[in-house]
Amino acid sequence: MTDTEATAAARGAGSAGEGSAFRVIEARDLCLTFETNDGPVHALSSVDLTVDRGEFVSFIGPSGCGKTTLLRVIADLEQPTSGSISVNGMSPEEARKARAYGYVFQAAALYPWRTIAGNVALPLEIMGLDKAEREARIKRNLELVNLAGFERKFPWQLSGGMQQRASIARALAVEPDLLLMDEPFGALDEIVRDHLNEQLNRLWDRTNKTVIFVTHSIPEAVFLSTKIVVMSPRPGRVHDVIECNLPRERTLDIRETPEFLEIAHRVRDGLRAGHAYDDE
Amino acid sequence: MIAGIPLTVLGGAAALLFAAIAAVTGTAAFSPAFVACGLLLLVAVGGAVLRRDDALGAAVVILSVHAAAVPLMLHIDSAPGEMDSGYWALLVSAWLMAWTSVTRLTQTSKKLPTGARRAVDLLIPLIFGLWLMLIWEAITRGAGVPQVLLPAPSAIWAKLTASLPILWADFVQTFLKAVIVGYVLGCGIGFGTAILVDRSPFLKRGLVPVGNMVSALPIIGIAPIMVMWFGFDWQSKAAVVVIMTFFPMLVNTLEGLSASSSMQRDLMRTYAASYGQTLWKLRLVEALPFIFNALKINSTLALIGAIVAEFFGTPIVGMGFRISTEVGRMNVDMVWAEIAVAALAGSAFYGALVLIERALTFWHPSNR
Repeated sequence: MTDTEATAAARGAGSAGEGSAFRVIEARDLCLTFETNDGPVHALSSVDLTVDRGEFVSFIGPSGCGKTTLLRVIADLEQPTSGSISVNGMSPEEARKARAYGYVFQAAALYPWRTIAGNVALPLEIMGLDKAEREARIKRNLELVNLAGFERKFPWQLSGGMQQRASIARALAVEPDLLLMDEPFGALDEIVRDHLNEQLNRLWDRTNKTVIFVTHSIPEAVFLSTKIVVMSPRPGRVHDVIECNLPRERTLDIRETPEFLEIAHRVRDGLRAGHAYDDE
Repeated sequence: MIAGIPLTVLGGAAALLFAAIAAVTGTAAFSPAFVACGLLLLVAVGGAVLRRDDALGAAVVILSVHAAAVPLMLHIDSAPGEMDSGYWALLVSAWLMAWTSVTRLTQTSKKLPTGARRAVDLLIPLIFGLWLMLIWEAITRGAGVPQVLLPAPSAIWAKLTASLPILWADFVQTFLKAVIVGYVLGCGIGFGTAILVDRSPFLKRGLVPVGNMVSALPIIGIAPIMVMWFGFDWQSKAAVVVIMTFFPMLVNTLEGLSASSSMQRDLMRTYAASYGQTLWKLRLVEALPFIFNALKINSTLALIGAIVAEFFGTPIVGMGFRISTEVGRMNVDMVWAEIAVAALAGSAFYGALVLIERALTFWHPSNR
């Protein structure tokens, strides 16, 4: 907690004061068009989005709705065609260069020639941190994702779920206030996924980070989020934003409560109204 | 009874029987060595037939067939160059029983602990090579093959040990100077060019076609020109090696630099990693298997290039020079001695590269 505040202050991002909501993401009329051989593809069409500090926001929608593209625009991995977007009050490029976020990809993308500890150390080496600080962060973040004791293993010696946890530790080691997660559990089986959902909820609750999470699973979105952004395809746009005011600390049992099912039902309605279930 | 006995054993027994009949009927030259060899092979056949599955049988076959190799060679001295059908039958029998012994060795090694199995895995190619030499020796000396066509391994060995100072001087000239210098320069320049080409699309369009063209130039045409440019000594040979090794390195490194996945490169981008950091920590490591491919291809190309280049003008030392002059003087055993040195040096070079590659790319799916 004090760490994150200290890093935020050091970056000059500054907090907008106690209690008042600090805007982490502010997007206005965001458009992104890919030029392909089959003509232009409208990946994002006039997207408006605000994310406040400490929120857990999920983007949900069918494939081709632009949810991953939107995340990549926030991360400065894609450039918008028009519209404005700010991350921590900076342009996405400045935010990326200030290492304002940690990004977790669909696959773990661990480097096979580095041990688990070595993989977590990768961003820290690039940031130029000294060895003692690196070791401390590796230890702290591997404990956070329950991977203590696996420091010297190579990625290919670990299960898919453990690999993805290591990649989350790697993103957390940068100690960003903002975590961008692109379907991080998409390739895992449901049992592992449930388990990691619980762990992620606890992590978010404990560290008070802002998380933006892309998924195509309704239960996952409702279980994790404070706010669910329902997106629809062709052109990719935000169809609805659903508040999800379940208690901050959640267990898997919550998925049987009427409140949970109520919200899940509204998300499904939103997807249907956004033509998510139409035939191609 | 016969079913279940390997064909090699049946063949070995039949050939042995033929040899025995030839000896008894007096059509074969007879010597104590012939008898000893026949008896040892009989023991091998017996062991192979009676103890078909166990380690004891395997040991009997292996020991007796290799003991039989000694009288098999000694018998040739009774009438060099005039061996008859009885002896050839004995040789065929020995060859088939040696084959059987290797088969039995592989079968037995499966039951051994890992360390011993590794040792056996190393032993098998050695046994194979040994028998290749034995048969080569028996045929050349037994049938009196003219030395100019194919000298016996023993003659090559004798020449090799007798002319060590000359061979060493040739090795220093050709391998330690021309090959190593040319190889390091050619691979280094190829690698450096690949890094530059990767950075600049302009160079990619300009340099790669030129490199392509250079690699297509015939060495026979290049070598005399290099001699004119760089003189008779090893420098001109090193230049030929540079030209031969440059392009494989360029192409492979370029391919390797694009081997990393877009997700891995995006990851480096999210860390705001510099070009150098991405190159060093990701792309070059991903490129290692490709770079080692080029290094291995080039190790053989360099040796060929340096030897052939010496045919086009050289001081009176060098492996290529020696081969071309000794062929002219009909000293084929010296040519073979040079070939043996080249084969040994080339294999050691290649083997060392493979070991380094294994250590550096232990993480690659093909090495895990």
